[in-house]
Amino acid sequence: MSSVPAEASRAADRAAAANAAMLEVRDLTVTYALERGTVTAVDRVSLDVEPREFVGIVGESGCGKSTLLFAIANLLGGPAAITGGSVLFKGRSLVGLTDSQLAAVRWKDLSVVMQSAMNALNPVMSIGAQFKDAMRAHGTTSRQEIADRSAEVLKMVGIDPAHLKSYPHQLSGGMRQRSMIAMAMLFTPDLIIMDEPTSALDVVAQRSLMAQIKDLQEQFGFAVVFVTHDMSLVSHYSDRLMVMYAGQVAELGRTRDVFDDPLHPYSAGLLEAFPSIRGPKVRLTGIPGSPPDLSREYESCRFAPRCPQVMERCKTTPPDLYQVEGRLVRCLLHEDGRNSAVAEGAAAPAAEDVRSEP
Amino acid sequence: MTEQAAASPGPITADAAAPLLRTDRLSKHFKIGNALSRKTLHAVDEVSLTIGERQIVALAGESGSGKSTIARLLARIYTPTGGEIYFQGTPLSHMRSRGDRLRYSSDAPMVFQDPFASINPVFRISHGVLRALKLHRPELSPDERYAEARRVFEVVGLTPADQALQRYPHELSGGQRQRVGFAQALAMRPKLIIADEPVSMLDVSIRIGLLNLMAQLRDEQGVSILYITHDIASARYVADRLIVMYAGQIAEAGPVEEVLGNPRHPYTQLLVSAVPDPRAEPHIGAETDRGEPPKVIDPTPGCRFRWRCPLAIDICQTVTPELAQLAPDHDAACHVAQSGAEVRAFS
Repeated sequence: MSSVPAEASRAADRAAAANAAMLEVRDLTVTYALERGTVTAVDRVSLDVEPREFVGIVGESGCGKSTLLFAIANLLGGPAAITGGSVLFKGRSLVGLTDSQLAAVRWKDLSVVMQSAMNALNPVMSIGAQFKDAMRAHGTTSRQEIADRSAEVLKMVGIDPAHLKSYPHQLSGGMRQRSMIAMAMLFTPDLIIMDEPTSALDVVAQRSLMAQIKDLQEQFGFAVVFVTHDMSLVSHYSDRLMVMYAGQVAELGRTRDVFDDPLHPYSAGLLEAFPSIRGPKVRLTGIPGSPPDLSREYESCRFAPRCPQVMERCKTTPPDLYQVEGRLVRCLLHEDGRNSAVAEGAAAPAAEDVRSEP
Repeated sequence: MTEQAAASPGPITADAAAPLLRTDRLSKHFKIGNALSRKTLHAVDEVSLTIGERQIVALAGESGSGKSTIARLLARIYTPTGGEIYFQGTPLSHMRSRGDRLRYSSDAPMVFQDPFASINPVFRISHGVLRALKLHRPELSPDERYAEARRVFEVVGLTPADQALQRYPHELSGGQRQRVGFAQALAMRPKLIIADEPVSMLDVSIRIGLLNLMAQLRDEQGVSILYITHDIASARYVADRLIVMYAGQIAEAGPVEEVLGNPRHPYTQLLVSAVPDPRAEPHIGAETDRGEPPKVIDPTPGCRFRWRCPLAIDICQTVTPELAQLAPDHDAACHVAQSGAEVRAFS
């Protein structure tokens, strides 16, 4: 069937790409090769991100959330490597691209905001010089254009453009994170990946940064993948939420649904781990125990040793990801049929397409 | 009096009615700049606070508000620029002998923020506890020291204690290491533990366990804890009293439920409104404060919150508000609140 002209087939490809999710992560697996063996930090994770969507990824340290982000952005190095699965960004595979092919995508279409702006920014270059570097690398050479755009993005995040002359140490923690976000927006990318950008900030600065990210997103229409260990932080900002445990997806669904009615006992435990500032004071227990060792194989549910609802079967059967009312959950409690009684009795809102968040 | 003395076998204090620890206009200034521009950074300015017996007092504020400086002043790592600290009624500046200093540091030990940096990685966990016991409780024999180490490890939930003591730090999780920090403090039979952000480096799922441990130490071991934190939700969970700091000064102080339920200082209201609460309705679009706490360098009189305060009036520009009682046991340093007007700056 080679009679189809090349032109038409390329047009069809483009149409298919437009219909597909902007970012498609399929069965992504990342392994660290260490002297004492291999550690599977990310285990067959799949995630679609639509244009303009805000997806939160939460979990404890060591659950693989940062490794997943690094794998998506193709920033893995050292002992870590993608050993399975694919990452498609706007229909194009990011896995296996050469550095120069990647360089064309980075900053322009996809940018990353790192956890520690103090370490991510160059301490001996002014903010403006670092903006200039990024723009030059992508072919913008006009001084005027660079100066104008740099001032513009800095204004967008609420910093006086005079600070283009400042060095990172002259800015407060909040301002450094804001300038990282400004830098990520130099080319108005389609996707911004954020790795705990607010973890070094206190609550007041944190809330104002989150509100600002949301504002900018609504204004410019980029998608955000936001990694955090603080579930309450994304509660009001993300459309969908992915809870990770021990390298796997534990639960994935609309943020409001996960908060109102967590299906996985781990999600429920994370929610119960926050003392509230309002309402009655209740004694909380958190989640006792520690995350499992990922260097060994599991013939059981990885959360079983810490799970308050553990059953005999959990110790012998690794659960799959089950589809429950438009959500994905990795827990035997929700194996087909088991949850029907629960679902009927629950006052949860009717299930819709998980991505149809307004 | 004789009955009281018999009931409390502790050392006889200069003033029996005195709180466990009290500071009186405590200040710490740092000199910064070079020979051409000498400047003074006011990290802590005239802070007067009290910590009672069997009490958890939370000291909350943004980074740079001076809360860690207060911890270091109380632990005698810094010498105050001005003011005085009274421990059981005795001024610390009068403690000059090595014996007095050792006794105070075992009465008021510190637990640090970073459990990965505060334990020596090349020794077994038992090393730190036994060494501190040898220094601070020389009356104990080696066997008694080991028994004491076992006791405190059991109290903080590191069981079986024999095995835990033989571990190396890298074999323990962050939460377990922080429990070691509390066990080391507890081995001194302290009256007050100064805990500087003890849970902020830990995972959300295990923070609660440490907070519960702090409450347990207060209830069962009778120690007081100064809990320094920027997380006021956790302060509400565990503390009896709350002190809110802003730019080196106390903005508001009182019983934790009273201060958070009915905050009188605009800054406390801002802090309360900024806490993310997944159980509450979202309030995006609510006024978002974009300000930042000032660096207090060579300050002039006036309220230090006035640049961010929507309620600031003329007097706030020129007169520094003093901490004054607005309700029983509830103090705030705000001209507007002290004038009797209702304060509703952020909600």
